[in-house]
Amino acid sequence: MRDWRDSDLWYSFTRSRITVAAASVAGVMILSAFLAPLIAPYNPFDLASLDLLDAHIPPVWSEDGETRFLIGTDDQGRDLLSAILYGARISIGVGIASVVLSLVLGVGLGLVSGYAGGRVDAFIMRVADIQLSFPAILIALLVNGVLRGILPSGRQDELAIYVLVLSIGISGWVQYARTVRGSTLVEKNKEYVQAARLIGISSASIMLRHILPNAMGPVLVIATIHLAVAIITEATLSFLGIGVPPTEPSLGTLIRIGNDFLFSGEWWVTIFPGVTLAVLVLSVNLLGDWLRDALNPKLR
Amino acid sequence: MPSTRSSADFVTAEAVARHFDVSKPWLARAIEQSPRVFLKAVDGVSFSVAKGETLALVGESGCGKSTVARLVVGLYRPTSGRVLFDGLELAVLPAAERARSRRRMQMIFQDPYASLNPRWRVRDIVAEPLRAFGLANGRAEMAERVGALLTQVGLAAADGEKYPHEFSGGQRQRISIARALSSNPEFLVCDEPTSALDVSVQAQILNLMRELQEELGLTYLFISHNLAAVRHISDRVGVMYLGRIVEIAGSETLFSRPRHPYTQMLLDAIPDLAMSGREREPMGGEVPNPLDPPTGCHFHPRCPFANARCRAEAPALRQCGATETACHAVEEGRI
Repeated sequence: MRDWRDSDLWYSFTRSRITVAAASVAGVMILSAFLAPLIAPYNPFDLASLDLLDAHIPPVWSEDGETRFLIGTDDQGRDLLSAILYGARISIGVGIASVVLSLVLGVGLGLVSGYAGGRVDAFIMRVADIQLSFPAILIALLVNGVLRGILPSGRQDELAIYVLVLSIGISGWVQYARTVRGSTLVEKNKEYVQAARLIGISSASIMLRHILPNAMGPVLVIATIHLAVAIITEATLSFLGIGVPPTEPSLGTLIRIGNDFLFSGEWWVTIFPGVTLAVLVLSVNLLGDWLRDALNPKLR
Repeated sequence: MPSTRSSADFVTAEAVARHFDVSKPWLARAIEQSPRVFLKAVDGVSFSVAKGETLALVGESGCGKSTVARLVVGLYRPTSGRVLFDGLELAVLPAAERARSRRRMQMIFQDPYASLNPRWRVRDIVAEPLRAFGLANGRAEMAERVGALLTQVGLAAADGEKYPHEFSGGQRQRISIARALSSNPEFLVCDEPTSALDVSVQAQILNLMRELQEELGLTYLFISHNLAAVRHISDRVGVMYLGRIVEIAGSETLFSRPRHPYTQMLLDAIPDLAMSGREREPMGGEVPNPLDPPTGCHFHPRCPFANARCRAEAPALRQCGATETACHAVEEGRI
């Protein structure tokens, strides 16, 4: 086994300063988001600790700023820095969970579609075509609405995150399915698959143990770029008010809350979560772009 | 169909045909009013292989040799006709019995770069049939078997830890042979096993295959377009043209006294030292489109001896001296 430090991937990574910077930024943001309970100065979800008298305090460098709240507070008196850390945790968590759901769904359907062929393939791919003819956000909205309609109204807030993951996850499987189907069509006619069929290995086993490992390369690239899309979709849904409840705000929810106060001059409530989101998505996207180029043999 | 089947026949193909549906999709067909199109890749092929013998099938690209190989091992189901393995028709056997017979036949593939899963270690590749048929108990026995197999094909037991990309084409073909041997087969189908290799390596692989045949008493069906390789390894040779066998004979007989005009043309095309510098008779014509094969004898548009009967009636394989030939001209004594 080769040391990973010797690999082409690591070499191309260290050669690209932008990628190293993007990876560092994304790494620090993701790490601090997941360590939010340890490093955040306050717990913004603990409603008992909030004081409405602390509401609308501007950042510390403004005239009315207080050192207790480095980048100010929102309308509930929540420390914005803590809210952003906790919010990023929700955004990234929902993003990763949705990507995993999309990936499992898409890779599974793509494998079956490509390997089985015929009617199964035609059916799955037509469903994919139909879904692709709508914008992903619309699909997410639709799934979200349907799921919320099914759920009992009393439990909607506590299940909101799962609904969000499901709706974003379902809206994103098509790309994975198409890519994996394409690779499966190539791989299944290779002679190593025939050698396995010859000795009576089951179709499921051939798909999972032979074809899947050889079809996963491009999936990694899609997953990275999709993570940025999923985070944005979550933020959009939350911004529209159908994401996570305001008591447990994600970055999108914070931007929406801040949006209400933008015209009264309280710019910090919306700008800081907005910048955080933009930087996070940008760095993840840059990573994805690099990965796509690094794994593309034509660009080497 | 010749009625010379004896109980000694180990593998038998009886009028096996395989047609592929290459029609356009349903919608395009409905709009353009075009009919369904079938490619008759194999069109009624009969032969038998005796135990311990090597039968070679030769022919130009696209004549259906590889399809025959896949039909014989059961990767394709025949459209009509049947394949018997040791008297059993595998295609209709219940799954459990089929698995038992499957262990006894294996295949070596053409492209050593595509026939080994690039993500698997060599030891897992070689052990796959062992696992599938439950032929080794426990890790230690498995490792020992794999090591022995790799040594048998001229690699080192330690090579099992490597990945396929660390080997050359010839070495990969050895791995492929080791995998094929791992289930102790009696019958090996070799689909152009040397055509992707350098000439010097081809000889090594062919010699290895011959040694293994003597050592293990293997029966080979050897598919190739390389006449030199065929002459080197086979006991009997069948010549295929557009999905049919046109001549089948013992190797020496076929190479010294070819009867069918197509076989004669094929052999004339082999360059040899004695004729270097001399003008050669180029092979006339092209292989016709297999989607729309000629009527009667498929070879008649290229055949210098063709007459009206050849254009109308497809000849059957008939015993004719030491060879079986499907040719009206030979039968009528015109050649």
